[in-house]
Amino acid sequence: MTKLLEVKGLHAGYGQTKVLHGIDFSIEQGSVTTLLGANGAGKTTTLRALCGMIRRSGDVLLNGEQINRKQTEDIVRVGVAHVPDGRGTFTRQTVEENLQLGAMTRGDKAAIAQDMELVFSYFPILKERRTQQAGLLSGGEQQMLAVGRALMLRPKLMLLDEPSFGLAPMITREIFEIFRELNRKEKVSMLVVEQNAQIALDLADQAYLLETGRIVFSGRADDIRDDENLRKAYLGY
Amino acid sequence: MELFVQQVIAGISTGSIYACVALAVVMIYVAIGHLNFAQGEMAMFSTFIAWQLITWGVPYWVAFFLTIAISFVGGVIIERVIFKPLDNAPILSHVVMFIALLTIITSAAGFIWDFSIKTFPSPFGSAPLFGSSLISAHQAGMMAVTLLLLLALFFFFRYTRVGLALRASADNPVSARLVGIRVSWMIALGWGLATAIGAVAGMLVAPVVFLEPNMMLGILVYGFAGAVLGGLSSPGGAVLGGFLVGVIENLAGTFIPVIGGELKLTIALCIIVLVLVLKPGGLFGRATIQRV
Amino acid sequence: MSVNLEEAAEHPAVAADIETRPLGRDRMLKIVFGLLILVAALVLPFVTKSFFVFQVTMVMIYAIAILGLNLLTGFNGQFSLGHAAFYAIGAYTAAILMDKAEVSYVWTLPVAGIVCFVFGFLFGLPALRLEGIYLALATFALSVATPQILKLSPLEHWTGGVQGIVIMKPDAPFGLPLNQDQWLYFFTLIVTALMFWMAHNLLRSRTGRAMMAIRDNPIASRSMGVNNSLYKATTFGISATYTGIAGALGAIVVQFVAPDSFTVVLSIALLVGLVVGGVGWIPGAFFGGLFVLFVPNIAESISKGLSGAFYGLILMFLVFIMPTGVAGFIALIRHKILRRGA
Repeated sequence: MTKLLEVKGLHAGYGQTKVLHGIDFSIEQGSVTTLLGANGAGKTTTLRALCGMIRRSGDVLLNGEQINRKQTEDIVRVGVAHVPDGRGTFTRQTVEENLQLGAMTRGDKAAIAQDMELVFSYFPILKERRTQQAGLLSGGEQQMLAVGRALMLRPKLMLLDEPSFGLAPMITREIFEIFRELNRKEKVSMLVVEQNAQIALDLADQAYLLETGRIVFSGRADDIRDDENLRKAYLGY
Repeated sequence: MELFVQQVIAGISTGSIYACVALAVVMIYVAIGHLNFAQGEMAMFSTFIAWQLITWGVPYWVAFFLTIAISFVGGVIIERVIFKPLDNAPILSHVVMFIALLTIITSAAGFIWDFSIKTFPSPFGSAPLFGSSLISAHQAGMMAVTLLLLLALFFFFRYTRVGLALRASADNPVSARLVGIRVSWMIALGWGLATAIGAVAGMLVAPVVFLEPNMMLGILVYGFAGAVLGGLSSPGGAVLGGFLVGVIENLAGTFIPVIGGELKLTIALCIIVLVLVLKPGGLFGRATIQRV
Repeated sequence: MSVNLEEAAEHPAVAADIETRPLGRDRMLKIVFGLLILVAALVLPFVTKSFFVFQVTMVMIYAIAILGLNLLTGFNGQFSLGHAAFYAIGAYTAAILMDKAEVSYVWTLPVAGIVCFVFGFLFGLPALRLEGIYLALATFALSVATPQILKLSPLEHWTGGVQGIVIMKPDAPFGLPLNQDQWLYFFTLIVTALMFWMAHNLLRSRTGRAMMAIRDNPIASRSMGVNNSLYKATTFGISATYTGIAGALGAIVVQFVAPDSFTVVLSIALLVGLVVGGVGWIPGAFFGGLFVLFVPNIAESISKGLSGAFYGLILMFLVFIMPTGVAGFIALIRHKILRRGA
């Protein structure tokens, strides 16, 4: 297996406050990796640092190419799609326009139309609502829209920031099921940040535990799931 | 009844001025989410550039399009130099910046071209249209250009990717960057477009009100009124709003005794306040509902 | 619950994070500065020219007006580009009372305050439905309309139409050995001190905390039982009161009111003064007043033809180097001094 993403000594923070104190991790091509941890551990910050939304230092390599000096817009162009916390819906545009925006950096019109259909096949509800103002969708629908928007990039790597946040358990399960499918069928690699460790571990191949800006454990998702002590100590279940 | 019809038509023809300015107001609002208080003055400056070109012997339409191009570039430069560094400063700082820009431009225009009023040519001529005394050829031309501009903008925003990117940047800048849009250049583009539209408005208005550094002061207020009446986020609404303000202003001036000529402006402003209070989104603005 | 509110009340000012630190040195600095300013204020009219005394009097008047605007914008989060209207109402109230009813100038101030409160409160009611830029527009409209309404012929008997009203400058009372300018200076100084002291107390009261809670999070404040509508309209009224009293003082000091002194230009000047001084910082109003009065003159002295341009450039420069106004700038300096001391 080749490494899609490699992170070495990543530091980041907001203004004077440091949040990440040099973390290392990597993501295998075609795999799902999850980053777990409590509130304030630095999960969202990690994703933001990867995307260049905040000041960071350290090495980030995508397919061996350094991306840690690039601007957010250019990181998107090399194939990293970020589904941000709060879902980042373009509330005043329609559902369809939101999806088109996801493909903003691509020029291939026919393929874009095709991908739009693909997204609709995964999320039929979005097709029903395609002409609606996106701000009026429910939380779950907006999460689907955010994922759909990310897919429209044909990303090499999808960063998912707490996709379960604020959703009913049933909807969460449904969405994670779709993640699994996307990973298997569309070969999208994913980095999922979650507080809901149980569901994230079910999905992921690889897992990292983050505590106050440091990685305290890494290993196969199955191993963590089976290790009761670890689970109790860090994940609280 | 005849008087009424006459006043309505007269209102529509002055309304076309407001409509044009309102369009520029909406343009910048859509792009940057602020009302640019210096917009009128920027349009005035553009018009002076056109006047200078024409005085130098450049044919009207060449000067017209050249001015639009220069204004576009000028708008982009103003954004890059003055407003980009301001970035996340509070709204009030932006407002103060607009005010500073306004005084600088007025003062500079007065310094370069002095404060005496100048006539500005109309490409459509000032003869009455079809021999009717109600509306002149220039006013008809102005309406046509405004509607054409509106149509062009509509297509730009609705059917082009850049138009969509511009809307998205205004709607949710963070998210826009995350889909790869260069938001900071979109804002500059919005400034350029707004300044260019302002230039068109200025060049169309100047034959009617004469050219001088303060010519847009009152008109901008009407433009705001039109834009607000139509809804700040809707170019079509703004144009219609502009026409409506013109008509209401004329009718009120004619039929409400106390108002006469003096209070016309006040009427326009009362309309703004009334509309804002009763229907904050404007008559045609999209109601944006937010989940808490 | 009330603790949260109190915290909210303590924190918002730009300079506040330093203010809450228990450092004796900071307090000392404050007291020393305060005394210095007090002495300077008392001595000033005896050692400077009459015209300068007049100018400083105007600075204080503008400071009161800007403070009014600050209460609304800085502490309650409502915009206004229309405060010239309240300034005008205050000024005309004073002028008409003195001219037609021969009321003593001292009593015109409270009357102007009450009249402006009523107007402000009433304007604040429809303004409840407006936010941000829309409110700015509506108040802008108010400001543009004011001079036109003042010129209306049916009101001419009272307002004097375009000509305005000329009033007499009062003499110093009780046989005090002061000329008119000096007396008006001290009179204004007393009123200013009173107004600022009241503003300070207001912001520490329940009402003040409610005002700020609404600014910081209207939904949360409502859910904590604050009557947002009432407080917002009241704040509008109080704000108008301040600006109206400033207007009345201005009329007395300038001895003249006319519609064209109260155009939108004045509203803009007050807003500029607010931003330059620092939004949400009470003493900022003085810096704002200084700016409003002196900077146009400075610009004029640089270049007569391009005075507007230089005014604009100075303004831009200030916004760039002090994005949070003098308030932020002073906070920064104090921060540095304190750090060195600690």
